[in-house]
Amino acid sequence: MLTPEMDALLSEYFPVLLFLVIATVLGLVLMVVPLVLTEAKPDPEKNSAYECGFGAFDDARTRFDVRFYLVAILFIIFDLEVAFLFPWAVALGDIGIFGFWSMMVFLGILTIGFIYEWKKGALEWE
Amino acid sequence: MMVATTAFYVFAAITIAAAFMVIAARNPVHSVLYLILAFFNAAALFVLIGAEFLAMILVIVYVGAVAVLFMFVVMMLDINFTELREGVLQYLPIGALVGVILVVEVLLVVGGIAVGPLSPDVAAAPAPMSSDVENTRALGQLLYTQYIYFFQIAGLILLVAMIGAIVLTLRQREGVRKQSIAAQNARTREDAVELVDIKPGSGI
Repeated sequence: MLTPEMDALLSEYFPVLLFLVIATVLGLVLMVVPLVLTEAKPDPEKNSAYECGFGAFDDARTRFDVRFYLVAILFIIFDLEVAFLFPWAVALGDIGIFGFWSMMVFLGILTIGFIYEWKKGALEWE
Repeated sequence: MMVATTAFYVFAAITIAAAFMVIAARNPVHSVLYLILAFFNAAALFVLIGAEFLAMILVIVYVGAVAVLFMFVVMMLDINFTELREGVLQYLPIGALVGVILVVEVLLVVGGIAVGPLSPDVAAAPAPMSSDVENTRALGQLLYTQYIYFFQIAGLILLVAMIGAIVLTLRQREGVRKQSIAAQNARTREDAVELVDIKPGSGI
């Protein structure tokens, strides 16, 4: 059913599949074996959250500062920029000087944004 | 060959189960984690049809960045999620309507393809693969030259996203004392330390 090329491609990924299977099995074993073998005597004190001797003050889920979000968005944008660089680097020999400058213009546009965010102080935490 | 088919069914089943858990999980943080599981399995499915580059980009961009962003959004919205869950039944009819429309659309698309008998070689090779060009290189050969306008527009969209995010979320705080390394280094002993000769019993 598979073409020979696909077969060759997928057989290259076979070690990855093997790795996934072993990792899953090992993870399951490590979770199941303690359930069977250990002796558990839970009581309310053991199960309660430990916070230096006094009861927990409040929920661990508090609001995040919006600046984490800004950092994450800026990270995604440069992550995408890097994603564009991979095929360019692989195919640079085929696409010649035009392809090279095409990427340079793209990087230039994003560098304008980078200078803007640097000058605005978006990368500083204060 | 057997292995590939088995792997497809396993990954597809996990993808669907994880996608269901994204909407069914009580805790939104767990929803995001199930979403990451779904992304990983979708990446595996991409590998199975030969789209290696897309699979790796899915892992790098969606798992590495978008899922993190979703996590921040979940943590930033200060909502009591048990209260949010109570209205779920109210929205069920609208949700069901949207679901039915989606199913009809998918059936129309799939039905449109399957009108003619699918020739076996088309079914076997979903992506046009030639043995000497891997798909990252094939993408690179087209994207930067033939589709240069789309590529540059992508760059401009990223620039707009960057500036938009900064304009919308950046606030300068007043009265923050920042470290000035230049001022620290320029400080000399003479500026900072003074030797005072104190007479016994007099104090300063």
